[in-house]
Amino acid sequence: MYPSELKYTKDHEWLKSDGEEATVGITDFAQRQLGDVVFVELPEVGRQLKQGDTFGTIESVKAVSELFAPVSGEVVAVNPDLGSHPEAVNSRPHEAWMIRLRPSSPAELSGLLDASAYTALVK
Amino acid sequence: MVEFGGWDMPVEYSGITEEHLAVRTRAGLFDVSHMGQIELAGPDALAVVQWLTCNDAAKLSIGQVQYSALTTPEGTFVDDILVYRMAQDHYLFVVNAGNIMKDHEWIVAQARARGGDVAIVNASSRYALIAIQGPRAQEILQTLTAADLPAVKYYWFTTGEVASVRATISRTGYTGEDGFEVFVPPAQAERVWDALLHAGKPHDIKPCGLGARDTLRLEASMRLCGSDMDEHTTVVEAGLSWIVGWKKENFLGADVLRRQKAGELSRKLVAFEIRDRAIARHGYPVVRSEETVGVVTSGTQTPFLKKSIGLAMVPVDLGATGTALDIQIRGRVVSAEVVPEPFYKRPGKA
Repeated sequence: MYPSELKYTKDHEWLKSDGEEATVGITDFAQRQLGDVVFVELPEVGRQLKQGDTFGTIESVKAVSELFAPVSGEVVAVNPDLGSHPEAVNSRPHEAWMIRLRPSSPAELSGLLDASAYTALVK
Repeated sequence: MVEFGGWDMPVEYSGITEEHLAVRTRAGLFDVSHMGQIELAGPDALAVVQWLTCNDAAKLSIGQVQYSALTTPEGTFVDDILVYRMAQDHYLFVVNAGNIMKDHEWIVAQARARGGDVAIVNASSRYALIAIQGPRAQEILQTLTAADLPAVKYYWFTTGEVASVRATISRTGYTGEDGFEVFVPPAQAERVWDALLHAGKPHDIKPCGLGARDTLRLEASMRLCGSDMDEHTTVVEAGLSWIVGWKKENFLGADVLRRQKAGELSRKLVAFEIRDRAIARHGYPVVRSEETVGVVTSGTQTPFLKKSIGLAMVPVDLGATGTALDIQIRGRVVSAEVVPEPFYKRPGKA
């Protein structure tokens, strides 16, 4: 269910490391809580985020929710496809990344949850 | 599940969008048993109903339904209700779940103050209510009943059996779509629900939760009492002048409503659309030169029209179609436009 190559936060974001960079999205649990996603508001490329900062908002038919940075770093890209296809967050939550970060403090990565710890959290 | 008016109810079954689209294109099934029923019967029933509600109940034939409101002496809402004329001197009110006790107490107190020979009963526990809504609703329901459904006009009802359970079958709903609301004894409700789901299978009927009920009613620009209006909102301010029986004699709140209709109106509920990618939700402020002048009462991204729409209470000078409204959404100001109602009208409806 929750891919083992991803790291997770208690706020239901996932992070996928990819060398120097990492992509960030929301988990299947989060998308199920939100229901049908209609908008995703993402930050400007170049923004410096601290761990836990709000980096955007996600809006579903029934609710609006903030997105939190799993680790500190600079935003190097945002997913251009989510503008026209926000529903990808519902259909492929662990692939529909929102931002690509260059993490600035690698120590934070080791503090994230692994798949089994996250699975236990949302069980 | 969420708590709603003392009931545990699902917000969604398969997803708000999927359920919403099922109702617009095929059929959806709603358990709305939380709605309350209050019955009034006796020789003075009509006179009391006429005093308590703003619409003209004298226009109702036996078997007919009317959208109306229980009004305060200030012309504001105690609740918005459906009035059913069951028999010569027998009326049934369908009221909002959260207001059952309040409405019942209000009705009893006002009827006593007015005087008259009428019995008033909170009959909510005697009825479960199942709504089947959508263009295929009649076809599906007809497979389970001998009642002549095509003969039941919009806002009329009949009695009969549905899946061998005695039922009152009403051509009403809260979705903007054709459909029926079926009153059955609570003990048999599950059987009727299951039978309708089974009969609707070939039409891909979907069970629908509170979420789709809200997006559907808003798309049809139907008001939600407690959200769009309350005891501080008059019937005229809510844009519901059409449910006021202007020609009938006195009723609670008539003076205020007549003055407002004659032009003494400072604010009103309007429909708006946002062209930007944002949703204005209940409680968001409407601003003019950085000053809050109004408030959003309902808002959503509608699954069928795929538009960001809502209702807002604004000063009358911001109420004309085409007027630009500024709505504050989490710190940023988004531009909306006042549009005609309803947002959605079903095909073929006049």
